[in-house]
Amino acid sequence: MKAFNSTLAAFALVLAASSASADPIKIGINQPLTGSVAASGNFITDGAKLAAEAINANGGVLGEQIELVVEDNKSNPSEAAAAAEKLITRDEVSAMVGAWGSSFTLAVMPKLEEYGVPMVVETASSSKVTSAGNPWVFRISATSEMEAKAFSPMVGQIGVKKADFLVVNNDWGLGASAEFKKMLEASGVATGMVETMDPAAQDVSAQLAKIKSSDADTLFVTTGFEQLSLVLKQAKAQGLDRRIITTGGSQFPDRLVEQLGSAAEGSLHILFFAPWFPDAAANPEVAKRYIDAWNGKGYDASGLSDGFRGYDAVTALAAAIEKAGAPDREAIRKALWEIDVKGVNGNIKFEKAGVEGSESGQNLPNVYVVQIKDGKLSLPNL
Amino acid sequence: MEQLLQHLVNAIILGSTYALLGIGLTFIFGIMRVVNFAHGELYTFGAYMVYLFSVILGVNFLLAIAIAIVLGVLLGAAIEYTLLRKLRGADVDTTMLVMIGAWIIMQNGEQLIWSGVAKSIPTPFPEEPLSLGLVSVAWSRVFVFVVAIALIILAQTIIQRTRLGKAMRATFQDRDTAALMGININVIYLATFALGSGLASAAGALLGPIFIVMPTMGNLAVLKAFAIVILGGLGNMKGAAIGGFVLALVEEFGAGYVSSGYRDAMGFLLIILVLMVKPTGLFARSERIG
Repeated sequence: MKAFNSTLAAFALVLAASSASADPIKIGINQPLTGSVAASGNFITDGAKLAAEAINANGGVLGEQIELVVEDNKSNPSEAAAAAEKLITRDEVSAMVGAWGSSFTLAVMPKLEEYGVPMVVETASSSKVTSAGNPWVFRISATSEMEAKAFSPMVGQIGVKKADFLVVNNDWGLGASAEFKKMLEASGVATGMVETMDPAAQDVSAQLAKIKSSDADTLFVTTGFEQLSLVLKQAKAQGLDRRIITTGGSQFPDRLVEQLGSAAEGSLHILFFAPWFPDAAANPEVAKRYIDAWNGKGYDASGLSDGFRGYDAVTALAAAIEKAGAPDREAIRKALWEIDVKGVNGNIKFEKAGVEGSESGQNLPNVYVVQIKDGKLSLPNL
Repeated sequence: MEQLLQHLVNAIILGSTYALLGIGLTFIFGIMRVVNFAHGELYTFGAYMVYLFSVILGVNFLLAIAIAIVLGVLLGAAIEYTLLRKLRGADVDTTMLVMIGAWIIMQNGEQLIWSGVAKSIPTPFPEEPLSLGLVSVAWSRVFVFVVAIALIILAQTIIQRTRLGKAMRATFQDRDTAALMGININVIYLATFALGSGLASAAGALLGPIFIVMPTMGNLAVLKAFAIVILGGLGNMKGAAIGGFVLALVEEFGAGYVSSGYRDAMGFLLIILVLMVKPTGLFARSERIG
């Protein structure tokens, strides 16, 4: 047995040595490519690939090419954790991007600590992600709190008097309703009911019938595009006559216009990138380069507003690996604290958040609001 | 009052599609005793066929639904012919495992063909809802309700009033005696499974355009179909129809007045309660499956 063990150890050493030398630098991508939020996950993966291609075309990082290893987390938290484990142990990635949404990301986080792998979180809005004291987490997307705060100056201008909430029943939706409720109440706006829907639910007419009975003038909706399109369609069908504001950043307003027509009219959407208005972006030249690369590939243009998160996440990681000087997991983690790169959303730079001594990184992204008006997208005057 | 009426209208429309799912599975599970986990995939199949014909090939919407139902019947027949015919003497568990395999294969096949990204099917009905005083309802849902009720009546008529229905009832009461009476057992098994599959495909074809179409849409549908069949009592068509409406009412009012977060749990809670009081379901004959 002992002989067997040492043979095994020697074998493992040989494997480790051979995989360390000439291989490209591997970055794991953990995204929902199938299931209830698949549209968004595929776009983010496409965005990540564009960034990797652009970096590789410029000679890569540390003289090596970047290789993305993509895993499908099937829109399911336990699959997300399994995908992370596979990326870390079998593919031996140096760092990861993931995992679309708070619930999937929170499920992956214990694996990051267990194996010591840094992850750039491209989508997740629950405050729990950065308050858990996990030092391997670097979030580029906004928390619901940041999103609510950025939206607060608009509340008075739009004239919101009383608001209800319809949110997806997970960490993302519940976190968003809590933060927006807090912000609205602080701005002197009354809040009413908070209704939830199962992430896979297709029929939300019961929730809408209940909301219809409230005297609020505004409904905040937080969920992915697929469910959002159902909410708008069914709200129209039940004659729910009120202002709808959506949060979260994965709403694809151009597709809503195309698929829903008048059911989407008048709705406001809080986004993190408005590709229809690249000049309004924080780094217009980066935004245009990204948009050109996307269109050059012939990808679906409605995915631009989501794909940028994958693009920015890989851009941030590449900068950190360059700074670390080697594709070493701990060195990359340290280097992530030092980067300041231009992304599509804005400059990516991590601030300390959460438990002292084991802080998580949090970027301060920009927020944009887009309105569907006369069947077209517009930037409401802020 | 307004809210109550709106919930009631929503529940009746949703209930009609649950009843359709339940009756389809009653043929297969209630009468044939095949624990068919692939039933939800027939539902998904129906929805994707409408997408294929109506959106991709540009066929008329109503015709696309009719084609989807016919193809569902044919797929059901093919499953019976290739998988179930060989398993006729096998026990319930073996058949169940094979059908779980079929379920996984079909779902992954759908993912491969259609990708995991949800599809949306436009309907030809007006966007403005039908307004009935205090409540309003989408025209597309009115259409679903009407077709679902028509299909339920059709299924009921087939099993109660036709020679085929009589032969089905005879076959599944006593296969050997039925065979001795000159009934072609193979045809009856094929027809029953195909009919049940066709109804599942019809439910998917009707609901796909109202909801969104994705490969995993059948998972919750199959669970609910089993719940409805068990609730109504195994093998009882009328029970399955009523079970469908009861489940929709409980879900709708549970979500409206108790908690929307537990909407899908309400139905299953009800089933646990019913089974505790009446283990054979609401309307079952006093027999149980082994």
